[in-house]
Amino acid sequence: MIDFKLPSLGADMDEGTLLEWLVQPGDEVKRGQVVAIVDTSKTAVDVEIWQAGKVHELIVRPGEKIPVGSVLATLLEPGESVPPTRQAPVVQTIKTEARRRVSPAARKEAETLGVDISLLAGTGPDAAVTLEDVRRAATVKPPVQAPVVASTASAAIDRNAEMRKAIGAAMSRSKREIPHYYLSETIPLRQAGAWLAEQNARRPVTTRLLMAVLQLKAVALATRKFPEMNGFWQDGGFKPAPAAHLGVAIALRQGGLLAPAIHNVAEKTLDQLMSDLTDLVKRVRAGTLRSSEMSDPTLTVTNLGEQGVDAVFGVIYPPQVALVGFGKVRERPWTEAGEVHAIPLVVASLAADHRVSDGHRGALFLAEIHELLQHPERL
Amino acid sequence: MNPQQISAAVIATLKSIAPEVEADELIADRPLRSQVDLDSMDWLNFLIGLHTALQVDIPEADYARLVTLNDLVGYLQQRCPV
Repeated sequence: MIDFKLPSLGADMDEGTLLEWLVQPGDEVKRGQVVAIVDTSKTAVDVEIWQAGKVHELIVRPGEKIPVGSVLATLLEPGESVPPTRQAPVVQTIKTEARRRVSPAARKEAETLGVDISLLAGTGPDAAVTLEDVRRAATVKPPVQAPVVASTASAAIDRNAEMRKAIGAAMSRSKREIPHYYLSETIPLRQAGAWLAEQNARRPVTTRLLMAVLQLKAVALATRKFPEMNGFWQDGGFKPAPAAHLGVAIALRQGGLLAPAIHNVAEKTLDQLMSDLTDLVKRVRAGTLRSSEMSDPTLTVTNLGEQGVDAVFGVIYPPQVALVGFGKVRERPWTEAGEVHAIPLVVASLAADHRVSDGHRGALFLAEIHELLQHPERL
Repeated sequence: MNPQQISAAVIATLKSIAPEVEADELIADRPLRSQVDLDSMDWLNFLIGLHTALQVDIPEADYARLVTLNDLVGYLQQRCPV
């Protein structure tokens, strides 16, 4: 018998509410299959299973709040039959309808207005429920719903407060436990900028690349020489990760942020990374992340340059041991061989864990990223 | 296409990227990206949306000219097949 447990969904998510089962007792499941949807303080997550088997019993029911590590369901291993001592599984009502696509703004508005999203016909792409759908539904609602409105509005506020609390708890833990050190380095992007402009001039809008993709690739490649930046602090020691699964910090439109992983960044082409990044941002916004993306980033990269800041000094997301930040790419004076040129520059920063590395290695790591970004054609 | 049609297509595309946008709250002659908080990924997706809606491929070299909603509508009016 296999116990299917709620996996860790990141340091700031220690519990979740089961929203929906996507399997029923008797179903065969494959490794990597999404079997349940769990809501966390930040977002709904598609939970995958990593063992093949046959669903025996669904233990947690939709609506129940459970801590990470709780047994959600039991499964029979391939070839295993139902143990006679166990009771027959309780038949549960299972929602089998397809996952509703709901824009985050619509979800928020629905909570505020007290509209039941499950009753709405979506008019957006893929039958997504849009803000207008919610508002239209709210205007035709009978006024007797007023008390519900009040309670769901406070639920929306609670959710934001809960997310802030979860982020606060994880970041407090980080600052309490991780002896951070911080470094920064200004990196000229003349070659990278010119290469990107030249590439994008030849590409239709649908396949253009962003500078962020070059930065991600450079960071991932640099971890090959500096494995002490990539991995986890666990059980009193550092465990380097075999591959760079970079957590990409993505702001949520309704506030807060998530940093799900793009897997095996060092092995992917820039085109693949661009399409992975596009897909990830879309799914963060739509609330369709997978549990493996939440639980296994080995090093986080944050790009706060979009907001116009020059540099960002991040707080490491435990159990990771480093965080690389990029500020805004700006054209600035830069001297080279005694001459001043106006070229695009970016400040890259590193927050790293002194239990694992020191400033000397950290500086070399940033220098390696600097060097890699001087040869964009090799990325 | 007339400016109203183009403007409607631009707003519809914008709302697909940023669902919380209220068309009547947008100020047409102020920078769009700061009003709507579009990062470069959002901006690219917005242009891909316009490409799908209006069959216009906006070259990267023209991004700098497209600051306000008015800039966009004027630019698209010139570029759109009539």
